Amino acid sequence: MIEFQSVTKRFPDGTVAVDDFSFTLPSRKTTVLVGSSGCGKTTLLRMINRMVEPTSGQILIDGVDVATQDKVKLRRGIGYVLQAAGLLPHRTVLNNVATVPILTGVPKSEARAQALGLLDTVGLDRALADRYPRQLSGGQQQRVGVARALASDPNILLMDEPFGAVDPIVRADLQLELNRLQRDLGKTIVFVTHDIDEAFTLADQVVIFKKGGVIAQSGTPAEILAQPADDFVASFIGADKGGRDLYLQQRPDDRGLTLVVDARGRPVGILDSDSHSDSDSDDDVAAGSALP
Amino acid sequence: MRWATGNFDLIAELTLNHVRLAIIPIIASFVLSIPLGWLANRSKVTRAIVITGGSLLYTIPSLPLFVILPLIIGTRVLDETNLIVALSIYGVAIMARSASDALSSVAGPTVDAADAIGFSPMSRFLRVELPLAGPVLLAGIRVVSVSTIALVSVGVIIGSANLGYLFQNGKQRGILEEVVVGIVISLLLALIFDLALVAIGRLAMPWNAGSGAGRRLWLRVPAPTPEPADARADTRSPA
Amino acid sequence: MNLLLEALRWIVDPTHWTPGGQSPLPIQDRLAEHLAYTAVAVLIAAVIALPLGFFIGHTGRGRQFVIGFTGSMRALPTLGLLFFLLMVFGYVLSYDWAPIIGSTIAFVILAIPSILAGAYSGLESVDRVTIDAARANGMTEWQILSQVEIPLALPLIVGGIRAAVLQVIATVTIASYAGLGGLGRIITSGIGLNDYDLILGGALLVTALALGIDGIMALLQRATATKGLTDLRVSEPQANQPTPNQPTPSQPNI
Repeated sequence: MIEFQSVTKRFPDGTVAVDDFSFTLPSRKTTVLVGSSGCGKTTLLRMINRMVEPTSGQILIDGVDVATQDKVKLRRGIGYVLQAAGLLPHRTVLNNVATVPILTGVPKSEARAQALGLLDTVGLDRALADRYPRQLSGGQQQRVGVARALASDPNILLMDEPFGAVDPIVRADLQLELNRLQRDLGKTIVFVTHDIDEAFTLADQVVIFKKGGVIAQSGTPAEILAQPADDFVASFIGADKGGRDLYLQQRPDDRGLTLVVDARGRPVGILDSDSHSDSDSDDDVAAGSALP
Repeated sequence: MRWATGNFDLIAELTLNHVRLAIIPIIASFVLSIPLGWLANRSKVTRAIVITGGSLLYTIPSLPLFVILPLIIGTRVLDETNLIVALSIYGVAIMARSASDALSSVAGPTVDAADAIGFSPMSRFLRVELPLAGPVLLAGIRVVSVSTIALVSVGVIIGSANLGYLFQNGKQRGILEEVVVGIVISLLLALIFDLALVAIGRLAMPWNAGSGAGRRLWLRVPAPTPEPADARADTRSPA
Repeated sequence: MNLLLEALRWIVDPTHWTPGGQSPLPIQDRLAEHLAYTAVAVLIAAVIALPLGFFIGHTGRGRQFVIGFTGSMRALPTLGLLFFLLMVFGYVLSYDWAPIIGSTIAFVILAIPSILAGAYSGLESVDRVTIDAARANGMTEWQILSQVEIPLALPLIVGGIRAAVLQVIATVTIASYAGLGGLGRIITSGIGLNDYDLILGGALLVTALALGIDGIMALLQRATATKGLTDLRVSEPQANQPTPNQPTPSQPNI
């Protein structure tokens, strides 16, 4: 469990990134921090592993103030994934993944063997192990980044807009993978993004920020979609003008098919009458086409 | 200060000569480097020839160059022309690289736009590319200026009358003050030349007056090779 | 052309390589001296400049100092510096030691700016994101310096040392004019005896030495380039790569 207690961050040039922020992130769940740039979400994330130090307030992990722990030890026990993967370009993929275990003293051969297993976990071909990061695609590099973060088997995974720099198709893939991983591993994930749809896809709990680290609303995706707290949230999630309201429609000629339309009457897709959508399978609402 | 006040005439004469010997290579470097820089940007082959060639020449130490040059251009070792040509070679070697980088940094959308407007190639070169390449060229010529002034004094070994004489004579006669005077004047000359170049730059490129380009003190001129900052670009990985 | 051929003949004449010759011969002794002075000076300069450059590059403090320092060192007339130090040490040291100590200090002073610039700019060229990720993964500052920054900065670091080596080789040549050994002795002897074979032969030898060492260091520089980046390395600097060139030396080699 990660707890922020009255955390404030004021930068030397006077900007207040976060003011008196208090919040608890539950264990073994994915919490997504969303907001536009400059709202303080990345600052908050980086305070967890002390890459940024709060001006005042405490951050507690499982009841222990992170400020009381050795920075380096703390970071070795937390996984960190960032946007450009930040892989060491002069080391092979395998050695990149094994970075933290080797730092903590695990024998090299053992660390490398574990690393190979992690490549499987993130869905990478083992043949890539001896390549250099530059030779991989963006999506592959990100997977390596995730594997590296998992290498020390941390309880907490910090992810700072990790899928921001890849194209939408790859991003969708990676999101699905992350959900699958989370189901298998059950880590406490803190994920930062500016993309509300990504947040809804990945989160158990979404926290929407205004500037200055002020929480506009927090809750499950369904809660937020059902009841946006105010106009800011409504417009942020695209729910103003009914953008998020979907309706079911049955027309006489449709032979029992149920059309899903948005508030403007535009068809979005077909309701799959078999089951509820599982979080890992493809969108059951198939892409719609105009009906006569 | 006793020696200095007693030999004012000598110092003045040597200084003037030193200035005269430095100015020609500096101007020559600037003028010659522009076509060379343009040439270097034409193709990989020409680039290799110009840049690598310049680099090789630059590597040759000065005393050997003073001695070998007469064989190639037919001067005598002790000729003043010999010294001036050698200094110009070093200047061009430094500057060609600068010019090549400066011109290639202007290329692209700006040049395309100029073509589309209807500039002829020569006109475009003179009135668009060259002015925009100005700041980098200025930085390069400032380095050449400082280096050339420092190098002129080595010419005393082959008989040139310049501030280097103060070093040689001072050592021979055991007058430390003479050597120090030579060093101080040499540094002052470098400073004056640098300020002059900055002023010329400001006049020639009034559009840059507000930016920091011309205003940096002479001590802070970065080397003309691409700064490390240039090498650090956006780190996004391709999809 | 004749002069060139005669000088070349002078160089390859075996009697000029037999030990026990009268100064400035044998050639190999002068060559050995030249290399020795260069090696010692560059080593001392590296011991001073590399840690300083790493500190400035890693912490970012002292940036302005480095830029100012290397800029102003460019303006120093090497002959003046050399003679100044020789005279100063001539007052305090014996006749034998003064030239060597004074010259070596001059060489070191002239070598420091290039090495400093190379170390500092090399470290500066390392992608900040890579360093940030390394820190977030729990590397100590020392580990970041030794395992990430320095390996990635090697080409520029070596480039700085390369420039320094050439600077010193050139200055050693001149220093012979003030009584030191080295290949420059051959040239200055020739000037004294009005023997053009000596003058040109010496000049060719120094040139060959400079070009040869430069070539070796260029290969070394290329060899230290990061494997993970070389397959994309082109003459232009690209995103996420350090520029694999040497920084401009503080002065043309005198």
